[in-house]
Amino acid sequence: MTSSSRNPILITASRLLAPFIQLFALYVIFHGHFGPGGGFQGGAMLAASILMLRLSVGAERSELKFRKSWGTPVGALGALIFAGTGLLTLLLGGRFLEYHFLPLPDLSRAELHSAGILLIEVGVSLAVMAVLVAIYDDIMEGTGGD
Amino acid sequence: MEIEFIAGHNLYWIISLLLLVGLYGMLAKRNLVKKLVGMNIFQTSIILFYIAIASKRNATVPVIDAALGSADPAHYINPLPHTLMLTAIVVSVATTGVGFALLISIFRRYRTLDEETLLKRMR
Amino acid sequence: MRKISLLALVLFGALLLYASSGLPGHGDPEGPSHRERSPAGSPVAAAHYIRHAEGDAASPNIVTVVLADYRGFDTLGETIVVLTAGLVCYLILRRSP
Repeated sequence: MTSSSRNPILITASRLLAPFIQLFALYVIFHGHFGPGGGFQGGAMLAASILMLRLSVGAERSELKFRKSWGTPVGALGALIFAGTGLLTLLLGGRFLEYHFLPLPDLSRAELHSAGILLIEVGVSLAVMAVLVAIYDDIMEGTGGD
Repeated sequence: MEIEFIAGHNLYWIISLLLLVGLYGMLAKRNLVKKLVGMNIFQTSIILFYIAIASKRNATVPVIDAALGSADPAHYINPLPHTLMLTAIVVSVATTGVGFALLISIFRRYRTLDEETLLKRMR
Repeated sequence: MRKISLLALVLFGALLLYASSGLPGHGDPEGPSHRERSPAGSPVAAAHYIRHAEGDAASPNIVTVVLADYRGFDTLGETIVVLTAGLVCYLILRRSP
């Protein structure tokens, strides 16, 4: 798709929609404790908003939102947050992913578990978002298209 | 009894049909992209099967409702298959991406995605 | 070859139909995975999760608690699988041919 064939209605609509999709994705991630949602779903929605921009406004301008070279490092960072939480509880005397050993003051055992789940969800959503965008970018690179 | 059996099991038959459609795509189609689409249909049928197993009559979604309390498991459907399929969906998307990457790599080298032509050119 | 695969498909479909008659009906509250005790007498995980999820992790969503707390190690494995899929795509496609 060349840039001259781009439809202004598509560009305007997707630019308007993308922030709201991202906002709703953040709601899905952080409200996952109390309603349907969580890291996997929210990460997929974040990836969907970025892929919508990639498809409508083109690779160069959507790179302002998420660079092509960020995919693999951010995915690794997400998995590192996940595994790092587990290792932290391991170092503080608990077992792997035993959240009530997390160093957060003034929280009961159940609330510490809740906070640990939130850390995990953020890591998972980062990993899922970055990997889905990275797969799209790699395939576009591989076929030589835009 | 007979009508009850059909009402309780017709969902499994429809899911089996979907699984057979996916398997047919993987076995009989010659184009590799169509095989990959068949694999996705197969995965979807497995996911639907797990979700069907999780359901329970007169039960609600597995989010604790303050009015119902958490003492009686009969009020909530089984949360375990939902959890398993939640991860399986994202993993299936990622593995489909790997499949397409392999297809692109095959096409770059042999300039075809047809099974018979590919086997001929690989010799 | 095509006929053999079609025959195998039909046979497999018949096997699935036969096997589905042994499953509990759709939505049956007495199904083996919904009971308190499995047919072998061991406690079933789902009933335990529903009873203890909110007290253990202060979160009403049982699916989230099972995903990230009870089965956290499994979810770590799934995340690694997703990350590996991304890395494999990178290695296959970005390498200069």
